[in-house]
Amino acid sequence: MKIPAVTTRAGRVLGALGPWLFLLPALAVVAVFSLYPFLTTAHQAFTDARTLTPGRWTGLENFRAMLDDEQFWTALRNSALYVLLVVPCTVLLPLLLALLVRKQLPGVTFFRAAYYTPVVASVVVVALIWTWMLDDRGLVNGILRAFGAGPVDFLGDAWLLLFSAMALTVWKGLGYYMIIYLAALGNVPRELHEAAAVDGAGALRRFLSVTLPAVRPTMVLVAALSAVAAFKVFSEVYLMAGPTGGPAGQDTTLVMLVQRTGTGLNGRVGYSSALSLVVFVITLLLMLLVLRAGRVRGEAGHARGDDSHARHGHGRARREERG
Amino acid sequence: MLRTSGREKVLRYALMLLVLALTVGPFLWQLSTSLKDTTEDIYTSPPRFLPQHPTGHNYAEVADTIPVWDYAFNSLKVATAAVLTNLVGAAMAGYALARLRFRGRRAAGLAFVLALLVPVESIVIAQLTLVRDLQLNNTLVAVVLPGSVSALNVLLMRNAFAALPYETEEAAVIDGANAWQRFLRIALPSVRGTLAVVAIFAFMGAWDDFLWPLIVLSDQHRFTLTVGLNYLHGTFTQNPRLVAAGTVIAVAPLVVMFACLQRYFFRGVGEGAVKG
Repeated sequence: MKIPAVTTRAGRVLGALGPWLFLLPALAVVAVFSLYPFLTTAHQAFTDARTLTPGRWTGLENFRAMLDDEQFWTALRNSALYVLLVVPCTVLLPLLLALLVRKQLPGVTFFRAAYYTPVVASVVVVALIWTWMLDDRGLVNGILRAFGAGPVDFLGDAWLLLFSAMALTVWKGLGYYMIIYLAALGNVPRELHEAAAVDGAGALRRFLSVTLPAVRPTMVLVAALSAVAAFKVFSEVYLMAGPTGGPAGQDTTLVMLVQRTGTGLNGRVGYSSALSLVVFVITLLLMLLVLRAGRVRGEAGHARGDDSHARHGHGRARREERG
Repeated sequence: MLRTSGREKVLRYALMLLVLALTVGPFLWQLSTSLKDTTEDIYTSPPRFLPQHPTGHNYAEVADTIPVWDYAFNSLKVATAAVLTNLVGAAMAGYALARLRFRGRRAAGLAFVLALLVPVESIVIAQLTLVRDLQLNNTLVAVVLPGSVSALNVLLMRNAFAALPYETEEAAVIDGANAWQRFLRIALPSVRGTLAVVAIFAFMGAWDDFLWPLIVLSDQHRFTLTVGLNYLHGTFTQNPRLVAAGTVIAVAPLVVMFACLQRYFFRGVGEGAVKG
């Protein structure tokens, strides 16, 4: 393709300003709506600012107040539980699903696409669908009653409500993580499977000794992604339990607390910012923790590899001795 | 070769159908509820899966209850704007980071990586304060702005441009083309796939977003579809048929879009996961 040289003056000026003009829109948006708000959050966390009053410096007062705030501990407990219970399911179930739809059987692409539908739908939509299904006279209880069981008060009991929201989160993420696993499974060399099969390894044995080690880095990635997402949970619980967080607010999560305290005409912006800072720090720590755990396990695997390598070397040495 | 035995096939299909019922079933149940007549009992046990007298009445009634089509239009405006700003902003910045040499390039790249580390949930309150200071609260512009160019998209575009071979552009440099011409005529057409991914995920993200519009919009007339549905749910739960009709309206466009553009959705998961 022949491209004419720049001859206009405007063109030359643009060329000189070039790189920064390219960067300007994106950099401006990220700086103004991401980095700057982060700095204000970090600053306001140490003030008693309210929605309409700027507030003054109060040092660690907000964090001290947090320690005595029962709502904070409930919210922290719920968000932490969310991570503990959702992450294992999100790491395992989509992997099993990926193994199920991995083989190129007729129609399998349709199934894969269908499993992805909950990912595409808004969390608001799926939460409302689940609320209707789990209603005391809804689909699930209708089926239970037909079998002579129930009704189960999914949406009335604080714990059942929280578990239902967790199930919704896992269900909505199934298709997303399945696709990630499918990509990883595609990279597992077929020969390894075949060699193991020839050696007489059964399906379970092949899964444990060939597939699992190969997808371990992906499992760590999925764990990191879902741990961060689970800790920041807002919409599922907000929609299923209501703005006040279920019976006596027992289902409030940390981000729900941020939203509740920080908004409104007399929102406690300072305190809410302090809570936000806690969300930020814990999210970051979670990510580092999971990635680190993955690396340690990875290194352990590596060390084992070195070990077998050493043994091979040993064998060769012995052969040479004999020779 | 590992062969698939007949028994294994049957088992696989049975399991796949079971999972299908669990993942797609709820949507179909919602569709069925939305088509059920007001005279039909929707609380029967065992549940009736097909409406006895299918009717579109609930769709008309939900539109009488809340301005659901206005909400859908608001969501469409927000999502379209997000697609355009993300395409333009991320492509330009990504190109500069991948292909142009200048002082401060590393610092600029670092700014985007840092932004990626800050979860939106931990800055929404500060964003609200900022938008209020700019006197933009309760407007659709405010809904769009924070996500108008996402750091993740910038880095996705950077990687796409960095993967292109240098030679094509070298020829253009010799021909005297400046950065803008190289960007528009050579680089951009070569990354159409990634552009599609960015566009689709920007659309989906904006259409499905809930927390930020919920916080920033207080005027009922300006609600987006997700906030409007939350409002509908809070006020009119006694008639699940209406809520069902509302959710079908909200989810249908995305399901159609997904059916048409499947491979880009799947590609986006791969690329986004690796970077995010």
